Amino acid sequence: MRIRIAGVTVAATSLLISGCSGPFSTLDPAGPAARSVLPLTWTMVSVALAIFFGLILLWLYAIRRNRQDLSDEDAQRLQNKWIIGGGIVLPTVALALLLLFGAPVGHKMLPLPLDEGEAMRVDVKAYQWFWRISYPDTSIQLVDEIHIPINTPIDFHITSQDVIHSFWLPRLGGKIDAIPGHTNVLRLEADEAGEYRGLCTEYCGQGHTIMQFKVIAHSAEDFEQWLQKEGGQNND
Amino acid sequence: MTESQTLHQRFMKVWSNLPGWGTLAAVNHTTVGRRFMVTGAIFFLIGGLLALLIRTQLALPDQEILNPDLYSQVFTMHGTVMMFLFAIPILEGAAVYLIPKMIGARDLIFPRLSAFGYYCYLFGGIIVLSSLFMGIAPSAGWFMYTPLSSADYSPGPGSDFWLLGITFVEISSVSAGIELVVAILRSRTPGMTLSKMPILCWYILVTAFMIVFGFPPLILGSILLELERAAGMPFFDVAAGGDPILWQHLFWLFGHPEVYIIFLPAAGIVSTLLPVFTGRPIVGYRWIVMAVILTGFISFGLWAHHMFTVGIPGMAQAFFSLASMLVAIPTAIQVFAWLATLWVGRVVFSLPMLWVFGFLFVFVLGGLTGVMLALVPFNWQVHDTHFVVAHLHYVLIGGMLFPLIGGLYYWLPLISGRMSSERLGRWGFWLVFIGFNATFFLMHLTGLLGMPRRVYTFSEGVGWDGLNLLSSVGSFIIAAGVAIIIIDVVLHFRFGRKAPDNPWNADTLEWAAGMPPRMYNFASLPEIKSRHPLWDQPELMKTIPAGEHGLTQIEHGRRETFGSDPVTGKLKEVMLLPTNSWLPLIAASFLAVVCVSLLVRSYSIAVVAAVLAAIVLFRWSWENGGHPKAAPLGDKEPEEALLHSRTTDGSGLWGMVVTLLADGALYLALLFGWLYLWAVAPNWTLPEELVISLPAMALSGLFLTGATWWFAGSVKKLKRGNVARLQEEFWIVTLLGAIHLGVLIAIIVTSPLKVTETAHDAVLFVMLAFLIFHSGLSVIATALQALRVRYGYVSERLPYEPVVLKPLWLFSLAIFWCSVASFLLLPMAWGVA
Repeated sequence: MRIRIAGVTVAATSLLISGCSGPFSTLDPAGPAARSVLPLTWTMVSVALAIFFGLILLWLYAIRRNRQDLSDEDAQRLQNKWIIGGGIVLPTVALALLLLFGAPVGHKMLPLPLDEGEAMRVDVKAYQWFWRISYPDTSIQLVDEIHIPINTPIDFHITSQDVIHSFWLPRLGGKIDAIPGHTNVLRLEADEAGEYRGLCTEYCGQGHTIMQFKVIAHSAEDFEQWLQKEGGQNND
Repeated sequence: MTESQTLHQRFMKVWSNLPGWGTLAAVNHTTVGRRFMVTGAIFFLIGGLLALLIRTQLALPDQEILNPDLYSQVFTMHGTVMMFLFAIPILEGAAVYLIPKMIGARDLIFPRLSAFGYYCYLFGGIIVLSSLFMGIAPSAGWFMYTPLSSADYSPGPGSDFWLLGITFVEISSVSAGIELVVAILRSRTPGMTLSKMPILCWYILVTAFMIVFGFPPLILGSILLELERAAGMPFFDVAAGGDPILWQHLFWLFGHPEVYIIFLPAAGIVSTLLPVFTGRPIVGYRWIVMAVILTGFISFGLWAHHMFTVGIPGMAQAFFSLASMLVAIPTAIQVFAWLATLWVGRVVFSLPMLWVFGFLFVFVLGGLTGVMLALVPFNWQVHDTHFVVAHLHYVLIGGMLFPLIGGLYYWLPLISGRMSSERLGRWGFWLVFIGFNATFFLMHLTGLLGMPRRVYTFSEGVGWDGLNLLSSVGSFIIAAGVAIIIIDVVLHFRFGRKAPDNPWNADTLEWAAGMPPRMYNFASLPEIKSRHPLWDQPELMKTIPAGEHGLTQIEHGRRETFGSDPVTGKLKEVMLLPTNSWLPLIAASFLAVVCVSLLVRSYSIAVVAAVLAAIVLFRWSWENGGHPKAAPLGDKEPEEALLHSRTTDGSGLWGMVVTLLADGALYLALLFGWLYLWAVAPNWTLPEELVISLPAMALSGLFLTGATWWFAGSVKKLKRGNVARLQEEFWIVTLLGAIHLGVLIAIIVTSPLKVTETAHDAVLFVMLAFLIFHSGLSVIATALQALRVRYGYVSERLPYEPVVLKPLWLFSLAIFWCSVASFLLLPMAWGVA
């Protein structure tokens, strides 16, 4: 027991030192998609831990109790109480609540038509082992580097040239697979200017580890400038 | 010498394995089950060593102990070995070992099939593992996603080793599944109704059914992928109208039920141990049975939760998300039934109970993260990160390994007759428990901090360093614990103190089979009065070996056990069980040659070996019924009931029907693939006109229908005792079947199918080959039946075998017309062809 406490303490400390931040941390969101998942994560973690410790304590108490004077009728009543209460009601209520709060979050992340305006489109094609980025209606071609404006929903249209990869920007939001012959759309948005790192999460061969990329989010004006410059250069 | 000793010696003459090398011909479930478990344990250690390699590589950032190529082989093989060569076989081995003893039978119902399954497992495992030592192991991850595992991106033989070797191993899983279903339903000792079955039997029954339905999709997927790799048939190639996602569906259609196939037997162990260590019957027996059956059903409806990031439609995601959460309900029912059992009982906290506690702790956490993962938006974040690695190890190690080791310590006295060391055992437990949580609890955080699965290293300073180091330290603590457990178990065989009879005061019959168990388990088969025979009829410990119950004649030299009604457990017939046989080993060896020659692509040798294997298997079926090696007419007949070969409803019929359920699942998977590609594959095209001649198919089908109808008619007459023209009629059926088969073969040969160019034609080819295989099997088996009528092995008094064969004809007929309708007519009706 003491060793376990020590282990937990070490883990907690190391977590505090490194913090929840980090270039790939889902716990340090920088966009609406990732941010909307975070409260779900913490709520689920807390409820799960509460259920877990509740069960362990009950279990330990049940072991120590050691009463055998229960008649069979009492045992029957107890059986129904435990099984119906703990086995059916508890999970049903928990799951219903989970879906009630969780489903809308998922729904909002989908690339549905916006109330006003349109999302900006960026095409991403995965190769072993790099990402080729292009912007429709421009001649801009990039590798492993994506430039986007902040506070603008971006629809990444993702496919693959060879094997299955998966496109993930942990601080901005969830991932989606890059599959040959299919195009998946992922909507992400960045709040602040800066650099965000992304990686491939579906094992895709020996270069899987190095298949990383970055997103550079600019303010609207900076992005326009960048677009002019890049587009201009390419058109030369 | 006492009477029971004399009886024992007479039984041993019939039930012993052959001496020396002859032990390889053993078919007895105790021997075979033990071999399964020992082999599985060795594979566990190999898989564990691979895990230590992974953790060593990931202990510090930017290490190059393993290069990316070797690392990918190591993690692929770690998953493959643990899932396919350890978890399933060792649980099946435990079931093979325990189930007959628990239901009061002398052996499993198809002993030669047990032995055959073991050899398929052993050879397949060796073949898969050999690739690792040659440095050419599969390296596309244990779920072998296409196109990474296809010929273009995995040109070496690694994927072939996986596809062929694992399919070979799966023969053993499916055959054990079939055998366990039939054994549990048809060979219980008299009086053991379904509701008086030990709870573990329910768990194993459901698990066995899940194997029967769950493995075929993967077997089909493996066959298709191997055909794509070896023969260029583009099932998963987008350009030619295939789709890589089809593989994922087929894989997880198997893969998710598999998780429960692994979990349920282990949960069954928990449900068996708790009543023994609380001295009170399990609370909520019926609730638990219901929950287990429900789990079995739900587990087939949630495979796509492994695929939430594939981009499947929103409605489907919602469905699979809900189904994945629903499975929490039957699991919660079991957890609370266990809790209630502890609540009402007086707990003896022995070593097995420590492992049960470890199970609860670890598994509940794994289950809770499972519910979290079922929530789609959260899944999108953590899918394919170390969070998932943590989750799956919590579920699998918690849900399987902990109860398994608890069960090991519980049944060890039964296996060896000795007690293990409580002290060493406790050290082993705490080291594994602490090491496990140190390794995997932290991995949840590593995953949330963004570390993906299957990266061979990581850079310093992204926040993953400390957590990975601690995880690696934890893994070596687990290894130390496992080492202590092994030392404990090995030493106890020599130094353990002699165990008293029924040392834990258990309620189930296996403890009356002797410690260590007698080869025949029970000298006499008792009538059971309750769910807890050894609590309510303690005299059984003495009266069974003394021969005071049923089926004690042995002078005829036959191995026999009772066959009973599947529901009431009433005595129906006496099952003849085959004795030691070399045929399983020989058949499995030829199949191993097939497997290896396919690997090295020498197809002529493969064909020869396959034919030889088929001949051996038909020889195997020949030594049945009235054959002199089985139970010819004129032998002394048993007193209690008819021998099953003298009836028309024996274990063989049940075996055939359950086998056909597996076969039907395979066919449905093929049909699913066809419809899936049609609906989803981006470049799927139906050809301008039908390449298969419909009139020819109709002609072929006509003959098949005639053959089946005629065969069914003969069987009907046979059951009524009319055998005047039996042989003649079987020859006619053979002839009709042969014409049907000839036309079918002509169709596949002459149709201009472009099997390497379009997925459409490749699927049609597989469908035709599937039909040919089944029709061919029916025709050959019927010809053999005609011969058996001539030799007198099938007759008015021996009507059993044609009855067994009838469902195969019906199945062949059903899949033929179903194929015509859905593969040929449906596209026409669509107006394309």
